[in-house]
Amino acid sequence: MRTILYIIQKEFLQVFRNKAMLPIIFVVPIMQLIILVNAATYEMKHIRVCVVDLDLSGSSRKLISKYSGSPFYQIHSSSFSYKAAEDEMKKGDVDMIIQIPAGFEKQALKDGKAKAQFVINAINGQSAGLINAYSTMILVDYNREIVAENFSPAMMIGIKSISADYSYWYNPKLNYKTYMVPGILVLLITIIGLLLSGMNIVREKEIGTIEQINVTPINKIQFIAGKLIPFWIIGLFELAFGLAVGKLLFNIPMEGNLGLVFMSAAVYLFVILAFGLLISTITNTQQQSMLVSFFFMVVFILMSGLFTSIESMPQWAQNLDRLNPLMYFIRIMRMVLLKGSTFADISHHFFALVVYAVCVLSLAIWRYRKVS
Amino acid sequence: MVSNSVVVNNLTRRFGETIALNNISFEVKKGSLFGFIGPDGAGKTSLFRFLTTLLLPDSGSGTVEGFDVIRDYKKIRNISGYMPGRFSLYQDLTVEENLSFFATIFGTTIEENYDLIKDIYSQIEPFKTRKAGKLSGGMKQKLALCCAMIHKPEVLFLDEPTTGVDAVSRQEFWEMLKRLKTAGITILVSTPYMDEASQCDRVALMQGGRIMTISAPQEVISNYPLSLLSVRTGDIYRLLADLRTYPGVHSVYAFGQSAHLAYKGRNVDSLNLYDYLASLNYAEINISEIKANIEDCFMELMQTATPPQKRSGVLNS
Repeated sequence: MRTILYIIQKEFLQVFRNKAMLPIIFVVPIMQLIILVNAATYEMKHIRVCVVDLDLSGSSRKLISKYSGSPFYQIHSSSFSYKAAEDEMKKGDVDMIIQIPAGFEKQALKDGKAKAQFVINAINGQSAGLINAYSTMILVDYNREIVAENFSPAMMIGIKSISADYSYWYNPKLNYKTYMVPGILVLLITIIGLLLSGMNIVREKEIGTIEQINVTPINKIQFIAGKLIPFWIIGLFELAFGLAVGKLLFNIPMEGNLGLVFMSAAVYLFVILAFGLLISTITNTQQQSMLVSFFFMVVFILMSGLFTSIESMPQWAQNLDRLNPLMYFIRIMRMVLLKGSTFADISHHFFALVVYAVCVLSLAIWRYRKVS
Repeated sequence: MVSNSVVVNNLTRRFGETIALNNISFEVKKGSLFGFIGPDGAGKTSLFRFLTTLLLPDSGSGTVEGFDVIRDYKKIRNISGYMPGRFSLYQDLTVEENLSFFATIFGTTIEENYDLIKDIYSQIEPFKTRKAGKLSGGMKQKLALCCAMIHKPEVLFLDEPTTGVDAVSRQEFWEMLKRLKTAGITILVSTPYMDEASQCDRVALMQGGRIMTISAPQEVISNYPLSLLSVRTGDIYRLLADLRTYPGVHSVYAFGQSAHLAYKGRNVDSLNLYDYLASLNYAEINISEIKANIEDCFMELMQTATPPQKRSGVLNS
């Protein structure tokens, strides 16, 4: 036990003596939170529109003003040639073209229906979907007004309409920041945990100190415990620090029990650290270790449900995602922080992490050899 | 009571195609200073890694203080000290931190065994708050030696401790080892410097994973079967080629600024050789009869131990 404590003390000494470490621990989380949370938003603002209004009537102008009046749209240009508008989209200057054909108003009054064309740049399918949804909502609104203006109330009796109202639970204002912060905190402790542990033993291999350690009577468990516990503590500290920053800067909700968050984090960190350790044992240089860590990290992060919804992935990918520790922990974080879930709600994910931790840690301990 | 501290029998280990250790056997008496001498790649490090329980052999066995290297590796780790060839202490920890770290993982403290390392540690103690990476080469070696001895080992394995250290520090280091020997510690040390052989009680000359001879350094020299001439002229490269074609010559090799010419019995006469060289327009010819030193012995052993068709390749390497 004294040995483990001493190794832990030594690791801390080395970590804090490393000039790059303190900024990594304190500055990087704040930077990451500020940059990623503000940048990785799903809200569409400033959708640039090019208007091709060939009707130039009151109705067409009214339709356009509906869009220009919305905070999401910005009339970037207008043209009388669809070709010119299309060129602008090709250049990437506009996200959407609204084309109103000549005779739009006339047709609307005569036949009771008229057509306008919306062309959306769908290179990014997700934002195209959002633009489409916003645009449709505005159009529906416009329709309703036109009907109210042009038809007498008596005539409206026959028109039945069903309207749906939404209320968004757990995130009533659809604030993406509250949704992103917990996920990004997971990202943060994953990167720190995986890289620190993945590089550590490899570093001792590189500088040769592992030889000197291996000839000592110290056993595997002592050595690995001494290696993992410091990073485990740093990881938990990072989480606490990140949560504090999130609360202060973004006022993220903390509906559930923070103890639950930290309990899950404690298990989750063991998974990540053991993963790093495993990588450490199978590689020989810090460079190899970095590359392998990055490979796993990218796959884990992109499939974690942080940016894209797991439910919209194909079934095979969803099955594969059961092996993704990030997925479990991001869910736990969001459930506990945003929904106030209790242990019973997250137990499924929690135990998945426990099983994961036990497996990876055993594998890492088994793989770590003092003798070649 | 075992009289032999280290015993190795028929040890063989391959790394792919290369045979690092080829059927090695030897014994080291308790409390002696035993040297392994050989060029890089002779198998010295592999042998030390085997004895310090870091490397498993393909076949063969060994004991350290009566403990089987493979079976009782835990016991060996408690009683042996190892100083790897590469400086392998924590460069970002201070001298004192390194020492107390190794003391702790061996379950002891600096104070407990201070007597043993006092001689050496007192020399680096003034720098104990300096980071190990910032020490000079000689001081690094001293620190590494302290760390390898902090748990009062019965056997010390020092892998090329004097490589990359200046001549004065090297001599100092050997003096330290001799003092440690008086404390009853068995010391196994490897070195590529043949001139260090005379510092040991016994030496094993190694080459290509094999031990070519084991004896006391004086015996190695007295067993030298040839006569030697040291030849010195202005142009050493031409000289080597010309000497090799001289009749009766056994072998010729460069030795610093001069060439050493070995011959059997009375096959070569120095006066005739002088005339021969003079006829080839050499200037400042200087020929003297010399006694073989350990390096000459090694060159001879290397030649006889290597199959003839490979001889030239080995000499060039």
